[in-house]
Amino acid sequence: MIGNVVGVLFDGIAYGALLFIIAVGLSVTLGLMNFVNLAHGAFAMVGGYVCVVLMSNAGVPFLATLPVAFVVAAIVGLVLERTLYRWLYEASPLDQVLFSIGLVYMSIAGATYVFGSTQQPVSLPSYLRGQVHVLGLDLGVYRLFLIVVVALLTLALQVLLVRTRFGSQVRASVDNATAAAGLGINVSRVFALTFALGSGLAGLGGGLGIDVLGLDPTFPLKYMVYFLLVVAVGGSGTIKGPLVAALILGVFDVAGKYYVPQIGGFIIYALMVALLIAFPAGLYGRRT
Amino acid sequence: MTKLISRLLVLGALAALPFGAFGQDNTIKVGVIAAFSGPFAAYGEQIEAGMKAYMKQHGDTVAGKKVELITRDTKGPAPEVAKRLAQELITRDHVQFLSGFGLTPNALAVAPLVSEAKVPMVISNAATSIITTKSPYITRVSMTIPQIAEPLAQWALKNGIRQVYTAVADYGPGIDAETQFTKTFKAGGGEIVGSVRTPLQNPDFSAAIQRIKDAKPQAVFVFLPAGEQGIAFMKGFNERGLAAAGIKLIATGDITDDHVLQAMGDPTLGMITAFHYSSSHKSPENEAFLKAYEAANGSKVGDPNFMAAAGYDSMHVIYEVAKKLNGKIDGDAAMAAIKGMKWMSPRGPVEIDPQTRDIDQTVYIRKVEKVNGRLANVEFDKIENVKDPGK
Repeated sequence: MIGNVVGVLFDGIAYGALLFIIAVGLSVTLGLMNFVNLAHGAFAMVGGYVCVVLMSNAGVPFLATLPVAFVVAAIVGLVLERTLYRWLYEASPLDQVLFSIGLVYMSIAGATYVFGSTQQPVSLPSYLRGQVHVLGLDLGVYRLFLIVVVALLTLALQVLLVRTRFGSQVRASVDNATAAAGLGINVSRVFALTFALGSGLAGLGGGLGIDVLGLDPTFPLKYMVYFLLVVAVGGSGTIKGPLVAALILGVFDVAGKYYVPQIGGFIIYALMVALLIAFPAGLYGRRT
Repeated sequence: MTKLISRLLVLGALAALPFGAFGQDNTIKVGVIAAFSGPFAAYGEQIEAGMKAYMKQHGDTVAGKKVELITRDTKGPAPEVAKRLAQELITRDHVQFLSGFGLTPNALAVAPLVSEAKVPMVISNAATSIITTKSPYITRVSMTIPQIAEPLAQWALKNGIRQVYTAVADYGPGIDAETQFTKTFKAGGGEIVGSVRTPLQNPDFSAAIQRIKDAKPQAVFVFLPAGEQGIAFMKGFNERGLAAAGIKLIATGDITDDHVLQAMGDPTLGMITAFHYSSSHKSPENEAFLKAYEAANGSKVGDPNFMAAAGYDSMHVIYEVAKKLNGKIDGDAAMAAIKGMKWMSPRGPVEIDPQTRDIDQTVYIRKVEKVNGRLANVEFDKIENVKDPGK
């Protein structure tokens, strides 16, 4: 019984880690930059296709494809930011939603044209598959891997955004672009780089997520709710918020599906409603 | 003055008549309504590719008439759209047949229209039992879900499986599959030790799979939409060592759909499914079909699956009716010709049931194996002449 509880907890944390990985890029673009970027999933899809194409066509090992997924998605993000996104920073959230949802549909049609509408084959190397036995528990290797990746990613982002000069510039530019520009910060460049970072993280999340989520052209639309869930519950402006939100949602979702499967699929949404009522700005939201 | 106008109108109508009739004389128009874009795009693509394969193999003229496909895109489950498209095809394009229909809601929406217009409707996929009861002008060449679930339950019982856990996606077809499997399995003395319904949008199966593992059944019966859900379940099933614990996985064959099987990869190896068509079925008819499919479509549409085979058989029905009626298509005569029609399909021997206008066919038990380096649903057992038990 205790083993069960620990097992469920582990699966829940691993699922939370997955949610965080696919949503962390959005917590940068939406959370830090306040841009309602529903096209987040499209960048994740770019990362996913990069991984798949490199693995099955060029025989590149899975782990080596991940940095490439990050870089390619970041470059795509940078180009789109320079050409399209930056004109909409001052626009109303509704305009941003319409713009980015349009981008989603274009990305779906584009991916269908290039790769076809079918699922892409994803096979992990054997050292990431199967289970390991730790203290009488069976733990999935890939799940352990995801948890480790999330821990490292959170640490790296936290350091980047809180401790570095670049991080201070980002926060200053978002809080008050005019004052930041007056202090000599190149706001436009900071935004471009931040957007590229968010897109790159989306690509990385896509690459890491495809083994569990699968990959076909409807990816950006199919998982949009999950990206938004994590960022909305976590609150904007921090990395910690979405992380805590993802872990809570993950653990409750798995526990619900395990102990009360009749309402299992419902719990994650009920929890979202409850948390948003209790914390309207998100768990770690900034009161603006 | 008004008299003049009405006379002119009558004259105009008379003048238009022969042209309309002339247009119909030389062609047989088949309206194909299915999803060709959106998440269900593969449905329409497969059905059309199968139809084109038939026309490639048998030529595009039958009974002296040229056969013309008019495809219309529903973009997904959209009953109103399907109904409007059918209306346009019937009244404006004067199609003699309607075919396609990947999804149940779309087929149901069109049923009243074909009753009224007396246009024969040949269903190439939509698999809910009731569809053929909705109009006397509907026939189906694909299958129904209970038609596959019933023989699978019988096969499991025959092979010493007594305790089964069912896991299905929580939507119409999933519940249909669960209901029929449970009914047949219990009636044969089997025991359902547990059941779980998973949400349709479900990226993580860890909890459901862990429950199954804890219950230690002999086998688990699964019905999930093909694609990432099936893959995710298989991966979880293997990762958690259920196969190693001796639990068998049995399912209806849409989970190892030939069209996506290569993408699903090695986790599917050893999976046992029941289905009416496998692209690795050994018969001269299937070989001819595969060759024509390749010749008509190239490699762009991917591997053919049961929907392509059903598209091919839809055209067979239409060609046979045209031959029998000498090219003069009349709704009632066409339906009379369809009832009881028998032929050798790429899937094996089939017959349109004269009572239900649904298809009677052999259901095969298959196992996923590697053949020449590619994954294939290899048939190793069969149950012959299965009717839809849903009626």
